[in-house]
Amino acid sequence: MVSPDSLAQAEYKYGFVTDIEEETAPRGLTEDTIRWISAKKQEPEFMLEWRLRAFRHFLTLVEKEQSPKWANVHYPPINFADGVYYAAPKKDRPESLEDVDKELLDTYEKLGIPLEEQKRLAGVAVDAVFDSVSVATTFKETLSKQGIIFGSFNEAVQEHPELVRKYLGSVVPYTDNFYAALNSAVFSDGSFCYIPKGVRCPLELSTYFRINAAEAGQFERTLIIAEEGSYVSYLEGCSAPMRDTNQLHAAVVELVAMDNAEIKYSTIQNWYPGDENGVGGIYNFVTKRGKCAGNNSKISWTQVETGSAITWKYPSVLLQGDNSIGEFYSVALTRGYQQADTGTKMVHLGKNTRSKIISKGISAGHGQNTYRGLVKVMPRASDARNFTQCDSLLIGDQCGAHTSPYVEVQNSSAHLEHEAFTSRVSEEQLFYCQQRGMSAEDANSLIINGFCKEVFQQLPFEFAVEATRLLEVSLEGSVG
Amino acid sequence: MLEIRNLTASIGGNRVLNGVNLTVERGEVHAIMGPNGSGKSTLSNVLAGHPQYIVESGEAVLDGEDLLALPAEERARAGVFLCFQHPVEVPGVRLDQFLRAGYNAIHKSKGLEELDPLQFDRLLQGKAGIVNMEPSMLKRSVNDGFSGGEKKRNEILQMAMLEPRLSILDEPDSGLDVDSLRLVADGINQLRSPDRSVILITHYQRILNLVVPDVVNVLMGGRIVRTGGVELAEEIETEGYEGQDEVLQAQG
Ligand SMILES: Nc1ncnc2c1ncn2[C@@H]1O[C@H](COP(=O)(O)OP(=O)(O)O)[C@@H](O)[C@H]1O
Ligand SMILES: [Mg+2]
Repeated sequence: MVSPDSLAQAEYKYGFVTDIEEETAPRGLTEDTIRWISAKKQEPEFMLEWRLRAFRHFLTLVEKEQSPKWANVHYPPINFADGVYYAAPKKDRPESLEDVDKELLDTYEKLGIPLEEQKRLAGVAVDAVFDSVSVATTFKETLSKQGIIFGSFNEAVQEHPELVRKYLGSVVPYTDNFYAALNSAVFSDGSFCYIPKGVRCPLELSTYFRINAAEAGQFERTLIIAEEGSYVSYLEGCSAPMRDTNQLHAAVVELVAMDNAEIKYSTIQNWYPGDENGVGGIYNFVTKRGKCAGNNSKISWTQVETGSAITWKYPSVLLQGDNSIGEFYSVALTRGYQQADTGTKMVHLGKNTRSKIISKGISAGHGQNTYRGLVKVMPRASDARNFTQCDSLLIGDQCGAHTSPYVEVQNSSAHLEHEAFTSRVSEEQLFYCQQRGMSAEDANSLIINGFCKEVFQQLPFEFAVEATRLLEVSLEGSVG
Repeated sequence: MLEIRNLTASIGGNRVLNGVNLTVERGEVHAIMGPNGSGKSTLSNVLAGHPQYIVESGEAVLDGEDLLALPAEERARAGVFLCFQHPVEVPGVRLDQFLRAGYNAIHKSKGLEELDPLQFDRLLQGKAGIVNMEPSMLKRSVNDGFSGGEKKRNEILQMAMLEPRLSILDEPDSGLDVDSLRLVADGINQLRSPDRSVILITHYQRILNLVVPDVVNVLMGGRIVRTGGVELAEEIETEGYEGQDEVLQAQG
């Protein structure tokens, strides 16, 4: 029998498992685990030290039971001592793409991210992360000709330790929060990207994160540095197999933009959301922050969040340079029993800084969607401006939308604007579309896409198409 | 041909239509006139299949097909078009995309070719001239920030694109200035043809000077109380609606 609830739960198309031999860290979380991971990666001493400092800090937080409690999400306590903190395909990362395991190539192809030369998306360089490690990076040579460094975090640690050392933790210190501390201690890989002075990155850079192993959590770090006058557009995608246990994904992303530099960071998040009864799915507890370190710099976050059982993330911008700009565009969809508590922090430090927040929450089924945002204007930040708009769309009457916008202003010249709307897909709109011949489903997806338009148009074209399709698939059967 | 027999319907618990009888032959333009609240929009919505309106009894048959049994989109695909009295806004959805979605859905259901954006654009640009619609308006969100006149012209443009067999125009003239009224009337006249039927609902006789109807009906209290030629519209223009329902009773 089909219940209305299961209707609000569309098929998850990325739920397959790749059959590949993986090596995992011994179960548990002690200093030995940290040393094991660091040794596995043959890391320089400074990395191990940093991890251990983070781990010791993490232990004090565990002791004080300081995992975040303020978010509007509910889940049973996680037993951190019982987790598996590293999993990677047994074979080492091959030198060239041709030597990547067929199972892995097939996996990414199935996910719509072909890595092989002849099938690749034009104009997009991809770093493929499988569980704890990066397994392949495309277009590396093309990029390195312009001095752009793009590849796995591990490689960067080996080949550019001075850059890693300088910037690691400079935007999100391990003391920032519980999950940032945990990530700093156990993170295994991720993407690293460095754009030299004056270079406009000719390709979209993209990382695709795939969780495969059954028990391991995924803890990756991304670090992007845009030197003076440079530009980069970066995109992150993710998915995971369907399993009935919850898996933890606790990533940290740090962005640094120097004078006149611009970083555009887009995410299409499609982690497994759990089944129609709310069993299984990924806990997505992520810390993302950018620092507009230079004058006239710009950092723009765009996110389309359709997956995960629980999403907890606040991509933020520290507007340190004068005239710097921070933007946050978000579509968060919750259906089934998904919970999302997401938003942003815009911290105005420099003069004449501007920020813009456009948040679109869509709730269906029993989904709960919370926008949580903070706009903070520091004393030195004269003439700061913020525009915030958070809209919610409800589908059905079992779901919920909540907004918690916070404002802290310490400079009276600040100018802040806030708009918020909650709406339902109205019967009048549906009827109007159907009167023109559209089916109820098509009408719904048209209206919902319209609702998300300001966010989707921020995405690079191919990904806007992907996001539209993903939303359609996710909402299949939840309306009409 | 449309045949409505003894149609009774309610909205929000109010019985609004009390046994409507109306026959519209192919190629005819029928005016329906009536005071505010007489059930004109209710009749339009019931014929188009708005889910909030409840049909209690009676029937509506279009070329042998039982309209009332079909969901709204099937009626649209069968050639029923409703020009809304108050068209709703659809924020973020571009007018040309909205129109193409409807056009292609109807074409697909008939096994006809669907148009890609380029082909569709060419067709749309051509039709936009009929109602003097700026090309830039076609890229704006559906009805979002449109003036009253722009909304009505947009409805007529949609009708011109979809070429319906039965057009139900719910006060396409209300709130229009003289220029817009002429554009709207021209649009309706261009669509007139021996195999299309039009129900033109209006409060005033004004538009009927531009779109000359074959038959004029008066709707009052949820019933068609009088039927006649253009002279009936003129009579109402000078004497008002008062007493029209008594004429019916007097006629017996
Ligand atoms: N949603 C509704 N709920 C209850 N009554 C309604 C609703 N819509 C219309 N009505 C009532 O139905 C009657 C007919 O309305 P309508 O068909 O819009 O008239 P007209 O278009 O002729 O002005 C009016 O008395 C109106 O108040
Ligand atoms: Mg009306």
